[in-house]
Parts: sequence; structure tokens; C-alpha cells
Amino acid sequence: MRKLPKLEPETAFYWTCGADGRLRIQRCGHCGTYQHPPFPRCSNCGSEAVAPAPVSGKGRLASYTVNHEAWVPGLAVPFVFGVVELAEQAQLYVFTNVLEGEVRIGMPLTVEFEHHDDVWLPMFREDRE
Amino acid sequence: MTLLPEKQVCITGAAQSEVGRPSPRTALQLTADACLAAIADAGLSPSDIDGIATYPGKSSEGGGIAPVSPSEAAAVLGIEPRWILASAEGFSHMAPIFNAVTAIACGLARHVVVFRSVAQAQARIASRASTLMAGARDRVDGNNAWTVPYNALSPINTFALYAQAYFDKYGADEAQLGAIAVNNRANAAHNPNAIYRKPLTLDDYLAARVISSPLRLFDCDSHIDGSTAIVLSHRDAAKGLRNPPLHIEAMGMAVGGLWVGRHEGDFTELPAAHRAGAMLWERTDLTPAGMDCAQIYDGFSIHVWMWLEALGLVPKGEACRFTEGGQRIALDGELPLNTGGGQLSAGRFHGYGHIHEATVQLWGRGGGRQVRDARTCIVSNGGYGYGAMILRRD
Ligand SMILES: [Zn+2]
Repeated sequence: MRKLPKLEPETAFYWTCGADGRLRIQRCGHCGTYQHPPFPRCSNCGSEAVAPAPVSGKGRLASYTVNHEAWVPGLAVPFVFGVVELAEQAQLYVFTNVLEGEVRIGMPLTVEFEHHDDVWLPMFREDRE
Repeated sequence: MTLLPEKQVCITGAAQSEVGRPSPRTALQLTADACLAAIADAGLSPSDIDGIATYPGKSSEGGGIAPVSPSEAAAVLGIEPRWILASAEGFSHMAPIFNAVTAIACGLARHVVVFRSVAQAQARIASRASTLMAGARDRVDGNNAWTVPYNALSPINTFALYAQAYFDKYGADEAQLGAIAVNNRANAAHNPNAIYRKPLTLDDYLAARVISSPLRLFDCDSHIDGSTAIVLSHRDAAKGLRNPPLHIEAMGMAVGGLWVGRHEGDFTELPAAHRAGAMLWERTDLTPAGMDCAQIYDGFSIHVWMWLEALGLVPKGEACRFTEGGQRIALDGELPLNTGGGQLSAGRFHGYGHIHEATVQLWGRGGGRQVRDARTCIVSNGGYGYGAMILRRD
């Protein structure tokens, strides 16, 4: 069970980009900096030329927690909640669930998408390549 | 040098309502209890109070985290304020205090009552889901949209990431973290208004269930019903009142990316809290070594490590060894910590329990938990926005 994100003007691209299988992160067309969550201007240079850009979908597990508490009835536990540092840029983080297997900080991850209605949730699992 | 605003303002009164889990009294009643007691503690009457402020104001959402507005509190107290403020934004729970300081220093008010009320226990009984970030709506928006779809339904899941990263980077362990909960509980035994006073051993801590690894049950604070109020007065108006004035020696504040879902750093520190700490020490000649006790925000135990380092009380990466075993943070240790039990044992007064406990110590009201000759106390509030103060008694 999941509560889905509302598709808001600034964030809808993130939740729907999985429709074609490619993760996208907002990037500045002027200086090339990625930023997440998206803002209406670049936090590095101030340019408004920010737009979703495809990324590799690879990264490393920056940290994780194994949640054991069933916060609402029917919530399947345990599960891993984690934060991924994407390969494109230092400290470019996205939250996720890590699917299957043993987890450790620093492990390589790759994205896949879990489709619900009009949302494609970016999920990550160990990258064995 | 311009006289800093906080040097012109003192704390002259403080009080807490009864604490309940739940309380039979409404949030507004508890607020009036705390405010009236704090005003009387200062030796004032409600007609002397010309300003009122609170964090965060009133909202029907959030499960009792925002139950009372300053306007309704003023009406119930019979106060006719010339200055009023509700602040939900920015530098943690201390924002209304810092704003009241500036209002007093600017001459907009002379005596301001600042309160923080919570009714989360009542709300939790009304709805199991009411305290969860998910709320009742079909879809989640705003900042929570980044975490709730992944079933990170509590702030503990976010702060557990910090704990795990800290454990990993610095080789910290559960016993070092558990020492905080054990310490706080030992202190709470001497605090009649603490919600949990039964002794807790490290074995108890380690035997408790994991909520979100590496954080366990006793790493979490507890929602309560209750209210805390403090009276801030201009230093000229503080003379001759009932209590020795407590000087606001310095204040520091910061808000960072975490407030809007953007994480800074490597999850082993709260960078914005370090900025609040740097601001704090810029404004005083006192030093970390000169602090007689510390009331450090403990929404989760891991906050204490983050804050001890952010405030420069211990070096980066050393907080785990500082709390290990508990001796250095005990009432007779080098830095007595969370002497009233903190939020872990006294209940989630949401930062204001820490401020209240600072006044208890500096006014020598601690009884069995009194730190001998306490003249300075450092206080911090916040997990997402950050505020800190040094309080000092002459
Ligand atoms: Zn840019």
C-alpha cells in the first residue's frame, strides 16, 4: 500500500518520467547544476533556465533505515527506506525504497519504476553490473 | 558596538501546565494555566502583559500540533496586546521568542508572554492517523510528497537516515546512543511533571523494539497534551520583579534546505544547525566550556548528537563517545544534559520543555535534579529549523 504524490506543476515530471523508463532530474541549462527537489530557479547561478533532464538512474546508497513500525493498518513491514546519491553530482539526493537484498551504505544502485495510476515511483535496487 | 537586542531582554517568569497523555483539560485551558502561572511567577498580572506570541499558531491539521492561536489565548487571558505573533516558519520553535526579543528591544512591547501548547495525545485518541504525516487526504503534497509515497510515514524515518550514516562514518553504536535515553530518564525521576519517571537501564533500552533502524522505541519522544509559557521583559522592566532576571546572553538561528526537503551534507550532521551555533557564539564572550548545563533538543535521541556538535560543545564525530556511558552528561558530569528528562522522558513540549528546564536550573528550582551553582545554560530547539540560546543568571 502506498499514498501517492499529488502531481503538482513543479514536481509532476519527477513522478511521471518513468513512463518511458528514464529518470529525470531538474538541471540548469546555464551552468549544468542538477537540483532536487525542483525549484523555479537554479540554486547555483540563479538562472531560470531549469528543466527536467534525463539521468543515468545510477547512484550509491548514502544512508538507509529498516522500518519495522506499521504506522497504519495493513502496512507491510519491514521495508527499507533509503536516500540515494545520484551518480551525476555529489550530494544530489533522492529518497526511495531499496528493493530486496542486503543493504549497506555505499552500495551501488540502479533505478526502476513502480507504476500506480498516473504515477511512476522511482525505486532502487542493487546494481550488479 | 550596537547593543544586541537579546542583551536588552530577560526571562522573568516561566511555567508549565500539567502534562497529560491525554489531559482532561482542553488545549486552551492548558494554555491559560501555563500563561497565568508564568505571569504570576514573574510577579506580574495579565494587565501588565502587552505582547503575546506562539509557535506555530492554530491549524485544524496536524493532529493537535497547532491547537491554540495567540489571539484566542489573549482573549482568554484578558490581555490587550499591542504586539502579537504566530510563527510557524523558520528557526524552529524559538522563532516567536526571537521575534519577541526584537519587538521588546524596539519598544513595541515591555512584557511578552510566549507560549507553546500541544494537544497531540488528545488528537491521537481521536484518530490513529492524525499524527501521521500522511494525513487523511488521498494524495500527499508539498514536502511530504518526497517521503510518504515510500511509506516513510514518520519523521523518525528521516532522522534514522542520519543516525545510520553517523554510525557508519564514526563507528558509533547503539549503546552510545542509548546512553541519552537512559540519562534523560534518570533525570526525569526528579521531575514531577515528566511523563515517564520509571527507571530505564541500558539493557531495557537495547531490549526495546526497533522502530526504524538503528532507532529504537526509547529513542523517540512522546506526544502529550500540555503547555509551556515564558515571560520576556525589557531589562529595565525586569528590575524589581519577583525573580532574578535571566539574561538572554545570545541567540542563534538558521533554517536550511531540510525545511524544504533539500538535504545538505552527508547525513551525519545538520549543517544549518551548525550555522545557528556559529551565530550564537558570535554574540557572546562566553565559551562552550563555560556552560553549566545543556538542554538539547531530543525529538529523537540522534538530534542530541547532531546538536552537541553543531553548538561546538563537542568536536565533530565525538558526540557518540561523549554520551557513552552517561557519566559526562549526568547531573554531576561535565555537561549535565536534559536535566528535566528532555522530550524523551518529560514529553513533547516541543522545545519549550527545554527552555522551561533552563529556567528551572538557573532559578535553582530543580530539587533532586538541580545542577549545583548553575549560572549558564545552553538551549537548543529543532530538527528541521534551528534555534539556540544561552541563558545566564548574574
Ligand atoms: Zn545554474
